[in-house]
Order: sequence, then C-alpha cells, then structure tokens
Amino acid sequence: MKFAVLVFPGSNCDLDMYHAIKDELGEEVEYVWHDEQDLSAYDGILVPGGFSYGDYLRCGAMANQSNVMSEVKKAAEAGKPVLGVCNGFQILTEAGLLPGALLRNKKLKFMCKNVDLKVANNNTMFTNQYAQDEVISIPIAHGEGNYYCDGETLKQLQDNNQIVFTYSGENPNGSLADIAGIVNERGNVLGMMPHPERAISEVIGGAEGLALFKSIVKQWRESNVNQA
Amino acid sequence: MKKVKIYVTLRESILDPQGSAVQGSLHNMGYDEVSEVRIGKFLELQIDPSERDVDTLVKEMCEKLLTNTVIEDYRYEVEEAN
Repeated sequence: MKFAVLVFPGSNCDLDMYHAIKDELGEEVEYVWHDEQDLSAYDGILVPGGFSYGDYLRCGAMANQSNVMSEVKKAAEAGKPVLGVCNGFQILTEAGLLPGALLRNKKLKFMCKNVDLKVANNNTMFTNQYAQDEVISIPIAHGEGNYYCDGETLKQLQDNNQIVFTYSGENPNGSLADIAGIVNERGNVLGMMPHPERAISEVIGGAEGLALFKSIVKQWRESNVNQA
Repeated sequence: MKKVKIYVTLRESILDPQGSAVQGSLHNMGYDEVSEVRIGKFLELQIDPSERDVDTLVKEMCEKLLTNTVIEDYRYEVEEAN
C-alpha cells in the first residue's frame, strides 16, 4: 500500500508520519508537496500536523486553498482513506471534508501530554484493529482542538456512528461531547486531534497508535484481494 | 480605489473564552458595567475597482477564505480610499 504524506509550509509532523509508515508499518510512503496536482498514484492520503501557513488567519484556512487539496477531495470521493491529524484535522474541516470546526482550547492553553482515548467506533477502516470501547493512550499537542459543531450536526454524527474517538476521563480542550476524532458519513475520511503517529513504538513511550495504521492497511488489502 | 473594513467575530452561539477572561479582568478593575466582551478580527483590504462588483467580491472572499461561517460571523464596510 502506498501512502502520501502531504507537506505544507509549516507542517512539522510529516517526518513522524513518514517514519511511522515506512519504518514501523513497513509500507510505501512519499512526501507530497502542497502544490502537487495529482494524487492518483497513492492509495492513502495522510494530512500531518503542524502549523501550516503559521496558523495565520485560522488554522488550516490557507492550506485548504492549496492545489493539492482538490486532489485530496477527489481521493476522498473515490473512497480512499484520508487521515488528518491535528492541523490535518483542522485542514479537513476547513475543506468541508469533515463537518464542524476546531476552536481555541477552552482554557486557552496549548496542551501537550498523553491522553486516554476511547475507541467509540471500531467498525471503521481506521479502527478495525482496536476493540470497541478500548482505551488507548495517545499524545496530544494543540492549542485549537476544541471540536465544535451545531446541534443538528452532532445528532447526525451520533446517529451515523461517526464519532470514532472520544476523550476518556479528562476532556483536555472543551470539545463538544468529548469528541477527539470523527469520520465523514462514508467512513473513509478521519480527522483527529491526538497524534497516533507519535505512539508507534515502546521506545518512544507507547505503541497504541500503530493499530490505527494497521487497520488502514488491513482494510485496503482485503478490499484489493476481493477485487482481484 | 476602495477600502474595505471587515469585522469577524465568533458566532453568538459560541463561547468566547478569551472574551470571558478579559471581561473578568475588567470586572476586577471595577468596570462592572461591562456585561459581555467578544474578541474578533479586523481586516482591511484595498480593492481596485474592476468590472466585478465590490460587494460580490468581498462576500466571496469572506465565504471562501477570510471567515469560517461554521463558527464566525462577519460584517463589512466599503469606503472610498485615497
């Protein structure tokens, strides 16, 4: 399986994402610059964290206007897995690929620590290697991760099981309904504030994020074997 | 040449923790008259006249990039620039 890691000016989790895929997962991966016009060669799109365009104006607002984002929309429409982490999540909401928006943390502080996440839906292409309601420890590092959407959208998210990760125990940023990660209606676009790519080896303090990437690969292998 | 002043604030329905903190400070300073503080952004654009209507341009730019209407409201004023 071949992944693209998008790189915007100001991305800073692209190396971690690349390392997770190449060295820990053992799959193919390439960096893709934000003005790239074609993503058709890739089976999965990873939108990494960081501070694209310095977070000027609004987090993710200008990254959403990059050439590559129309390609990301095409990939999402084609049903390819698209994962946005942290700033990547913010970019995907700005792009309208995921509903809602990420507001400033309720206590106005940048939060950088490990949090407990509950796998609220393990029936997705991103979480099939977790148990339902399993609690995993994953790092967060953000100042604007306070998920918000209107009441009607929240109801849709709940009714369609689109809430994939919730904060378990303490809610670090004031997120609505403790939301840490959601998928789109089709289930192939996941946005999450915590960083699974920073939890891929015991050497760096935990490996509970690796199953997320393994889930993507498993689903991809199965659907490609079925097609063959 | 037109000068466009755009004011962006969080929507009324959304809590503004920054505004609440400033309001708390103002109360501590004795300004009990202040019942709410909302903090927003102010953008100033110089626009050269063209065949495209200024209102249409400004609204388009606000909807596409300058604001996120999921969480923000905006209003603007158009002035003659020198």
